Amino acid sequence: MKKSKIFILTGALLLTSLFVIPIWNITLEAPQYPDPIGMDIFINKFKSAEGNDIQNINIMNHYVGMKKIPESIPEFSIFPYCIVALIVLGIVFALVGKRQLYVAWLVLMMAFGTVAMYDFYQWEYDYGHDLSADAPIKFTDENGDPLTYQPPLIGSKTILNFKATSTPLVGTYVMIASIGLVVLAFVTAKKETHEKATKNTLSAAV
Amino acid sequence: MKTIFNFFTASLVLGALLTSCGQQGAKQEGALGSNIAERVYVAPGEHDEFYAFVSGGFSGQLAVYGLPSGRLFRVIPIFSQDPEKAYGYNEETKPMLETSYGFVPWDDAHHPDLSQTNGEIDGRWCFINGNNTPRIARINLSTFETEEIIELPNSAGNHSSSFVTENTEYVVAGTRFAVPVPQRDISIEEYKGTFKGAISFIKVDPEDGEMNLEFQVMMPGFNYDLAHPGRGKSHGWMFFTTYNTEEANTLLEVNASQNDKDFIAAINWKLAEQLIADGKYETMKTSYAHNTYDESTHSASSTLEKEVKIIDPSKYPGLVYLLPTPKSPHGCDVDPTGEYIIGNGKLSASLTAHSFTKMLDAIEHKKFDGEQYGIPVLNYDDVVGGVVQQAGLGPLHTEFDDKGNGYTTFFISSEVVKWKVGTWEILDRKPTYYSVGHLMIPGGNSRKPFGKYALAMNKITKDRYLPTGPELCQSAQLYDISGDKMEMLLDFPTIGEPHYAAGCPASLIEPKQTKIFKLEDNKHPYAVRSEKETKVERNGKEVHIYMTTIRSHFAPDNIEGVKVGDKVYFHVTNLEQDYDVPHGIAMIGANTSELLIMPGQTETFVWEPKQEGVWPFYCTDFCSALHQEMQGYVRVSGTGANVPLKWSLDGE
Repeated sequence: MKKSKIFILTGALLLTSLFVIPIWNITLEAPQYPDPIGMDIFINKFKSAEGNDIQNINIMNHYVGMKKIPESIPEFSIFPYCIVALIVLGIVFALVGKRQLYVAWLVLMMAFGTVAMYDFYQWEYDYGHDLSADAPIKFTDENGDPLTYQPPLIGSKTILNFKATSTPLVGTYVMIASIGLVVLAFVTAKKETHEKATKNTLSAAV
Repeated sequence: MKTIFNFFTASLVLGALLTSCGQQGAKQEGALGSNIAERVYVAPGEHDEFYAFVSGGFSGQLAVYGLPSGRLFRVIPIFSQDPEKAYGYNEETKPMLETSYGFVPWDDAHHPDLSQTNGEIDGRWCFINGNNTPRIARINLSTFETEEIIELPNSAGNHSSSFVTENTEYVVAGTRFAVPVPQRDISIEEYKGTFKGAISFIKVDPEDGEMNLEFQVMMPGFNYDLAHPGRGKSHGWMFFTTYNTEEANTLLEVNASQNDKDFIAAINWKLAEQLIADGKYETMKTSYAHNTYDESTHSASSTLEKEVKIIDPSKYPGLVYLLPTPKSPHGCDVDPTGEYIIGNGKLSASLTAHSFTKMLDAIEHKKFDGEQYGIPVLNYDDVVGGVVQQAGLGPLHTEFDDKGNGYTTFFISSEVVKWKVGTWEILDRKPTYYSVGHLMIPGGNSRKPFGKYALAMNKITKDRYLPTGPELCQSAQLYDISGDKMEMLLDFPTIGEPHYAAGCPASLIEPKQTKIFKLEDNKHPYAVRSEKETKVERNGKEVHIYMTTIRSHFAPDNIEGVKVGDKVYFHVTNLEQDYDVPHGIAMIGANTSELLIMPGQTETFVWEPKQEGVWPFYCTDFCSALHQEMQGYVRVSGTGANVPLKWSLDGE
């Protein structure tokens, strides 16, 4: 099989790991949590980093009126299908072998990534702003406006007594690796066509 | 004039010299002083190196300290009720304090001993004896809870207990007082020759630690003081000190101190095991309690056992030998090699070390010096290995370090003496403040002592700390024994009266800690695993409330339909699954203590309302920012009222 095909095939198949490995993590550190609590995000679920972390995060956050981190969100039903689609398309495009299709795959993949990031930001915004009206504790800033508790998209942020840190995990790096492999597939495919053309020209000349 | 001037100058110079010398001495003391402080200072956030399990004596509990800081971490309730933890007050733990005499809310806890494997401390369990109602307790060192208490029949006072064999095959118990066996109405003056001393061997299950009274060796009517197991070459033997071999029943102070020598009884328990297996024993009908706490149901239960196997040593040669030991020996301590058995003769000035090798030789060549009730007495000169001469006044207890040294406490001369095993020379002595009873070197009663610290536990405190009226705490001193000479590092107060302690490196215990109880593993009959499952049920005059706690509310927190004269059971499950988030609960008018419930656990208390009204309950352990809001109400109606049973949280 042509090298370029192998690259895009590998890139697509790598995505199957996303069904078992996490893509993102949010960790909360506080003085009363010498052992920080956190949550791993998968394409199909939230999972406590350790023990019952999610239950404990919910307990901490309910005082300021934040919602419970839900068992399931609509994204967890949609994203797995998107990934499956990308894997299937990747395999099909690899077999067809046209490098324009590789570009199409890249466009789809990056679109998915962008939408996912934007969606994550929206979810975090809602999680941090949609506070219960009868929350026991309502903090305000110097201007008297109510404080909100949106976790960071990526990086660290101080939220009340917590330092919240949001970081990509292995799954995200796998997606980046997939993209990298498909770019490599495209470039290699271009070279292969060029070499073939040169060979043909040479043999024609002879 | 010149002479006077010279004299004056000379005195000035001399005076200056002397003063500066004095000041330099003080400076040196200051420098040494700060050096010692560093050696016991455990910086904030850091952990101590050793756990010390120190008995509470007449408090009935076991205190857990850290060494070298001397900080108290916990007082584990064992034989006495503890309202702080609802031990012996909540329905689940009341059975732990059941005995063949009924419910006894207190005991006198003396000698903790840690479980061992191959002669080394393994950090699984701690055993301790109850003196007044003869019992042995086992504490789980992953939860630091009392898991099992077994009573000893035919015993009275339970002093020579609880000591484990070097693979924790058995934990032994020995009666302190000789009594009629079985108990019956006879004149006290018939003591001599009639009363007996029961020595109990309790088997410990290697998997879960469960104890079983395998057999008792019925010894003569002496008093039995302390014991330690043989190890290494002497594994298979258990050694007990006796006193009152005069068999006096009154004014023992004088009458039990007449004999020049009493005995160390050497019991061959391997042979006893064989005798039991061969059916060579008598079964005696008796009654003793056996109580176990089940971690999965968070509840204890009590059963009364009905019989015990007895072995009469006079019938089986080779089972017991008596080693003459001066004088009213207290501690019976075996050195790490298992060769020397030390008799600390309380009323003498010397320490006697019997040699195990010589003992076996004396047995083989029948070097006997008479017998007592059919038990051979070995000839003193043929068993003694060495004597530490004129070591001090009133030796009580010896422990060992890892360099072949013994450390003995002397009560009357109020000191700890360090001496060399084998050469019997005295190496060092240091005062204790005041009147030391026992000392503890972590591992000092095993094949592998950790020779860094020695803890001396004293009986008299007087002026050591800020006074607190006529009743003072007991004092303890920590010594550094790593060098040639001992150095006192720390002086700290202890709870109750520490009779004895056991210690081990924190690394054996810290990693195995239970942090929370998993809710899904909770098999308590009245447990509920979510707020949806909570309810209130009536069963005649009994009302059972299935309640939960979580930060910061109870569910349900409004209950109606309870009547005067009802017996209301609050079964409370703590739904938290976070480390160190307990909840408490207390109800006005309940004739019992609060509950203190760990995450994932269920506990029950009973309330019998005597008055109509609306009565509040609340959380007693500060759990969260809104702890003060964690409360509820129960409406109590008259006995004939028609108020239906109703329960809710926020109207639901």
